[in-house]
Amino acid sequence: MLSLIVLLPLLGFLANGFWYMSQLKKEHKAQASHVGALGTAAIGGSFLVGLICFFRLLAMEPEHRVLEQTLFSWIFIEGLHLDFAFRLDALNSLFVLVITGVGTLIHIYSIGYMSHDASPGKFFAYLNLFCACMLVLVLGASLPVLFLGWEGVGLCSYLLISFWYTDDEKASAGKKAFIVNRVGDFGFLLGMFLIFTTFGTIDFANLKMVVAGGGVTPEKLAAVTSICLLLFVGCMGKSAQIPLYVWLPDAMAGPTPVSALIHAATMVTSGIYLVSRLNFLYTLSPDAMLFVAMIGGLTALFAASIAIAQNDIKKVLAYSTVSQLGYMFLACGVGAYVSGVFHVITHAFFKALLFLGAGSVIHGMHEEQDIQKMGGLRSKMPRTFLVFGAGWLAICGIPPFSGFFSKDEILWQAFSSSRSELWLWLLGVVTALMTAFYMSRLFILTFLGEGRWKSHGHAKHDKHDHGPHDHGHAPKDAHAHHGGGEPHESPWIMVGPLVALAILSLVGGFIGIPHMSWLEHWLEPIIPGFAPIKDGVHHETEWVLMGFSVLIALIGMGGAFFVYGSRARTEKLQNSLAGFLKTLENKWYVDEIYDAVIVRPLRVVSMFLWKKIDVSIIDRTVLGVGSVSEMSGGVLRETQTGSTQIYVVTFAIGLLVIVGYALYGLV
Amino acid sequence: MNVPVVQPWVVLSFCSAIFFIGLAGVLIRRNILIIIMCIELMLNAVNLTLVTYSEMLNDLNGEMAVFFVIVVAAVESAIGLSLVIAVFRTLRTVDTDSIQSLRG
Repeated sequence: MLSLIVLLPLLGFLANGFWYMSQLKKEHKAQASHVGALGTAAIGGSFLVGLICFFRLLAMEPEHRVLEQTLFSWIFIEGLHLDFAFRLDALNSLFVLVITGVGTLIHIYSIGYMSHDASPGKFFAYLNLFCACMLVLVLGASLPVLFLGWEGVGLCSYLLISFWYTDDEKASAGKKAFIVNRVGDFGFLLGMFLIFTTFGTIDFANLKMVVAGGGVTPEKLAAVTSICLLLFVGCMGKSAQIPLYVWLPDAMAGPTPVSALIHAATMVTSGIYLVSRLNFLYTLSPDAMLFVAMIGGLTALFAASIAIAQNDIKKVLAYSTVSQLGYMFLACGVGAYVSGVFHVITHAFFKALLFLGAGSVIHGMHEEQDIQKMGGLRSKMPRTFLVFGAGWLAICGIPPFSGFFSKDEILWQAFSSSRSELWLWLLGVVTALMTAFYMSRLFILTFLGEGRWKSHGHAKHDKHDHGPHDHGHAPKDAHAHHGGGEPHESPWIMVGPLVALAILSLVGGFIGIPHMSWLEHWLEPIIPGFAPIKDGVHHETEWVLMGFSVLIALIGMGGAFFVYGSRARTEKLQNSLAGFLKTLENKWYVDEIYDAVIVRPLRVVSMFLWKKIDVSIIDRTVLGVGSVSEMSGGVLRETQTGSTQIYVVTFAIGLLVIVGYALYGLV
Repeated sequence: MNVPVVQPWVVLSFCSAIFFIGLAGVLIRRNILIIIMCIELMLNAVNLTLVTYSEMLNDLNGEMAVFFVIVVAAVESAIGLSLVIAVFRTLRTVDTDSIQSLRG
């Protein structure tokens, strides 16, 4: 049963992949609606199986809520017996539902979005493969199986970011994502090895048993801290935290549904999954947890600050994603794993909604991504406007939208948890303010006010003035049939999934209402509640803080309306802050710093090794050996004249010499 | 009856003279047919030497070896001549100077 969840998308991948390959030489490729229907059926079937499994879990006793399936014996050597096994429990059943559910909606949306693409078959094949890998990641019963999925999603991320690989910028964005992730994976591997040498097992259930059974002696405690930190390095890469977050904004070069599915809803949350899966280890190490919380909080603030000044609609959302992921790690770091998982779920809903909404805007604006050239789309794209508004309110944290519940819970935990510090809470609050501000800015500039596309965009909309904002557009002929240039509403096949996600963003928060949280209760066998609250913090404070965080969100939104409501005021403010905004727009020059500190020294060293060591020494040695034999061969070949009689002369002389030696010896 | 006896050294000198004539032919001549004939000459000079020593040493082994050499020589010339014919058919020449395709 469990393997079916993974198998269906895998079959979808194989079917679409072979179909695509069989058509490589043909002029007319299969239509997006056909391959898309196949891909959607695969992931939709997986969702249904996931639902069935989920209901089976619901029917069980809370302590025994586990479904397990062993496929085969994977590694069988001295001291290590590892099965390739899937295990479904309270925690990853939620992830399975989110991945397959949101995945299905995004597949449907992609049918519309990729309808003009040259090779939709390849796209849907990759998308299915990604889903299969992601499901292996969350279903894996042991670290190596998880790691298999972990690498698989990395590969699919690379393939899909550079989906339009003929564009150099997109191809290198894919490479960047892959290489930065390698750094994190290295930490993950080391952490896995250390777990094995310390505890002798890498199966989650066994590991938990060993730890719960007092397997952690004081001597092993140091190793636990190292394990947690090393695994967190892996999470930094996959979940885009400081200092390895740089790949995620560039990953927006991929098609927009990919950004929604991989780089917002699912893959980037696998770090949070790993940390909450191993919460029993992290809880043992306050140092590692503080580090996780610190990185999370700093990333949240830092990415939010960059998002304020970005003009590419997808870049804003990308930095917003980095920032929200920071929130989730902040929650995990203060011992509120439940809140982290809660935010993963709500974030999957509203961020997928925002990305797909942005895709709809980009689609309707004829591949325009610069929000400075948008505006006034409310009347042109009313349906997209409404659903995007739902996502906007959700991420700002306005009740009763889902983002409010999860974000408020994280802030409350950061304030009250005995594992937290006050400055972590302050980081969270400032980030919440900035989130409300930049999302409102995005919303205002895109949908409200005057349409700036009349003056800027479409008169000279001839694909030449795109410059650096030309990310993630569909192929060039995508809108040939539209002729004009008016923004237009997207077809229902794209808006339908948006509506579904908007409803989920609205109601998704109700699974975690404070003090009657279904989620907390559900996760109890895996995550034993929250950390105890600090001394001197009263429960009544929670209600005060809840009001406070709504107030913060309203201030942020109000600020954005104040600044961006009138064009004159915007320009005046932009002029007075020009220098600072430039720094923000250039992302604090982090890419430039990385380039100067890491990339360029590496290139200098590599050039030295190549030109000096490799070419001058190693190559010369090897080539020298070669030329010696070449020269000696050149000399010796002269003896091979091909003339039989010269051979005979040589033979005769040799014979005479031998005979002479036999008769007279060495004279 | 006094039969004149040929002294062994006369025969041996004769043999070595023939042998070196054959050798010189092999080394100098350019026509393959002549070369094969010269090889034949060398072989028969050796045969004669063997017979002479057999007589001198009163040992029949030498004469026995001669028969072997004759057989081998017959085989050799059969193969050699057929090779010559094959070479001539392909290259239209039997001149060793023009048959040097194995030059290194």
